Amino acid sequence: MSTLTNLTLKIWRQDGPDAQGRFETHQIPEISDEASFLELLDILNERLIEEGKEAIVFDHDCREGICGTCSLMIDGCAHGPQKGTATCQVHMRVFNSGDEIVVEPWRAAAFPIIKDLMVDRSAFDRIIEAGGYITAPTGGAPDANLIPIPKPVSDAAMDAAACIGCGACVAACPNGAASLFTSAKIAHLNLLPQGQAERYKRAEAMVEKMDEYFGSCTNHGECQAACPKEISIDNIATMNVDYLKSKFKNRKALAR
Amino acid sequence: MSITLDSKIPEGPLADKWQNYIANQKLVNPANKRKFKIIVIGTGLAGASAAATFGELGYQVEAFTFHDSPRRAHSIAAQGGINAAKNYQGDGDSVHRLFYDTVKGGDFRAREANVHRLAEVSVDIIDQMVAQGVPFAREYGGLLDNRSFGGAQVSRTFYARGQTGQQLLIGAYQQLARQIGLGNVKLWNRMEMVDVVTIDGRCAGIVTRDLMTGEFSSHSAHAVVLATGGYGNVFYLSTNAMACNVTGAWRAHRRGAAFANPCYTQIHPTCIPQADDFQSKLTLMSESLRNDGRIWVPKNPDETRSADQIPEEDRDYYLERIYPSFGNLAPRDVSSRAAKRMVDAGQGVGPLKNGVYLDFADAIGRLGKDVIEERYGNLFEMYERITGESPYVVPMRIYPASHYTMGGLWVDYELQTTIPGLFCAGEANFSDHGANRLGASALMQGLSDGYFVLPYTIAPYLADLLNKPIPDTSHPEFAKIQQEATDRFKQYMAIGGTKTPDHFHRELGRIIWDYCGMDRNANGLEKALSEIPALHEEFKKDLKVTGSDTSINQTLEKAGRVDDFFELGLLMCKDALNREESCGGHFRSEHQTDDGEALRNDDDFAYVSAWEWTGDPSNPVEHKEPLEYEVVKFATRSYK
Repeated sequence: MSTLTNLTLKIWRQDGPDAQGRFETHQIPEISDEASFLELLDILNERLIEEGKEAIVFDHDCREGICGTCSLMIDGCAHGPQKGTATCQVHMRVFNSGDEIVVEPWRAAAFPIIKDLMVDRSAFDRIIEAGGYITAPTGGAPDANLIPIPKPVSDAAMDAAACIGCGACVAACPNGAASLFTSAKIAHLNLLPQGQAERYKRAEAMVEKMDEYFGSCTNHGECQAACPKEISIDNIATMNVDYLKSKFKNRKALAR
Repeated sequence: MSITLDSKIPEGPLADKWQNYIANQKLVNPANKRKFKIIVIGTGLAGASAAATFGELGYQVEAFTFHDSPRRAHSIAAQGGINAAKNYQGDGDSVHRLFYDTVKGGDFRAREANVHRLAEVSVDIIDQMVAQGVPFAREYGGLLDNRSFGGAQVSRTFYARGQTGQQLLIGAYQQLARQIGLGNVKLWNRMEMVDVVTIDGRCAGIVTRDLMTGEFSSHSAHAVVLATGGYGNVFYLSTNAMACNVTGAWRAHRRGAAFANPCYTQIHPTCIPQADDFQSKLTLMSESLRNDGRIWVPKNPDETRSADQIPEEDRDYYLERIYPSFGNLAPRDVSSRAAKRMVDAGQGVGPLKNGVYLDFADAIGRLGKDVIEERYGNLFEMYERITGESPYVVPMRIYPASHYTMGGLWVDYELQTTIPGLFCAGEANFSDHGANRLGASALMQGLSDGYFVLPYTIAPYLADLLNKPIPDTSHPEFAKIQQEATDRFKQYMAIGGTKTPDHFHRELGRIIWDYCGMDRNANGLEKALSEIPALHEEFKKDLKVTGSDTSINQTLEKAGRVDDFFELGLLMCKDALNREESCGGHFRSEHQTDDGEALRNDDDFAYVSAWEWTGDPSNPVEHKEPLEYEVVKFATRSYK
């Protein structure tokens, strides 16, 4: 255990969606390297409140890297410098004494800023509502072991399903595209036998809903690099294939 | 107002009760369902699955969450798995065995009929979730895999890597999203319920605060379902997410819903020990790790060698030694207290000597690193990110932390609280786990309540309201309660003291952890009962909230939640003081056996304590629901 000293935080403050934003500078004289990055913000916030100032608004909840609530561009990287790690799991030991750390919200047209570091990611919910499910109303499901699923298939579905919906992929993308998020859900459900009945309808509906809000994918690959769950861009290929097929395979022909 | 506790347990032999209930309950016909509006608060496993199913059935549904999206609810953080009596492994499991294990695990303080129903519907849950596309772990033949969990001698736990809660919540969220997309459910996000409105003795609706604008509004409905989770954050440091709170349940309690067994809180044995004073939360390491990890401490309290340098003969594998038949899989309360005894005896490990080792060296030697990585890879990574140590190389350090609360709003067999029309599901109610919850049973209960119980049990209540007018939000009672809520939040802003809500939360947490944590006694509890009101008074005089109340203000949100934790904390201590026995998660040091095990008192305490709010937080009234066991015989819980 050791202590970091003399950190400078440059933090984005913005009073509301339409207000002018600005950077605010705060000095952190010392902090233990055992502290998480968000605990650093907690400590700063308590100090601000005690000084009679408004606390910095940021989204966070589980602090275990699974709920996907936290965000933050830290030094220009979505979720900070540590690979495969959400902001809430970044600990101060990845920084050095004397560092200047720049903290910004996700920046994407589809994620308007609510206040300070908090953005509105509800466009993701609209994509799921459009088709990110298997229609299986409660009751009447067949026995769970009725359909064996080969382990590699189930594992691949699970790899895609690990997405936490944080939006880092969008924030990291120069086009503000949501292809990694959308494709992860399409791949999760389209790989499984249970998802076959709605496979092409799902791909079509989700992609077209995505296009209403987000930019287009031009294969930069920044999304994969930023993803705290290291979701693969192979899923985007799966999505594109299924979307394309959805356009020329009509449902009746498919039934034959 | 006076409360009567009618548990409404159906007629017939235990194993037939649920089927008898279904066969004889009143129904609402499909064309009439659209005439009824149901409000669901919370979108975790219980809330999302209930709201989705109500929507499918044709009710008008409004779902509220204080998160930005329903997918954020804390059910998502459950790691280990979900139990179901499928007996896919052919190892002797059955509905009866799951039922019995749950009652026994709960230390004979749960309602038999509810637990049996839970065990019955557990098998439907797995079918349902697989149909929805939850990618549970599978064997190479393509069939579902199971693992074993604390408190059971069969392998009945289904899992999706170490992210079972995530996959189940996303499954339920997707079903809810489908209903939202179809227009059957209206979703209100970033909206916090701040009060319950009762008119003429029934729940008429709720008052909410829009977290984005600070606006208060009223919502009326035929029935309201609270699925607002547990109150483990009363300890400040817990494995719960930062925003988890008791406000939903507590505000209902203040309006007449009895609060049951508040002292039954669960301390989870496998969390990463606290590293520092400013720590904001503790992180759970799934209990499933105990399948392959061995727990030990050095025999010598003055041990200075690193773990790998300590030879076998200088290690104490205390769980295997004390509980040979269950060993490292002893139930949560039993293994938590054992860890506390070791640390209290000075045998703790780590820089602060506040943990015990959970060692995978043997398992890696036996199964290979690849198998261990397959089973626990993401947990090991998480541990390494937090502590900077790799469990493949050095043993994990773990220590118990507050994790789950068995207590909650009192509900009858239909999951209805003592306020007619107000239902409560999931961790927020008290119903199924008695004094201690077994691992992999929380996900089971949340989904059971939401998918398979409430959709049946809400119908009789609604059927009686058919074609009867219900009060809408123009009723003066709504205006009155909305004004009270508005004034309460204005008051937090107006105090203008010197201390933050987090400061008070930390102080409160310290009192509760010290006197009403893993080990409780009358002196400590008396002390807590005098310290908590004093601190609450200070909160009311010296709280400082900055910012405005017309845009998002997380400091203000926190102030409201901490305010409610004070009163709940007081009730917890009161309940713990009254219950002069040790059972499950409630351990009174005055009541223990010679070798330090919990000593239950079935003659005097085989009841549910259900507390009634009187307006004075220090003087609640206790009501008792006797627990009558038809099938299960009281036995001393032994895992030796």
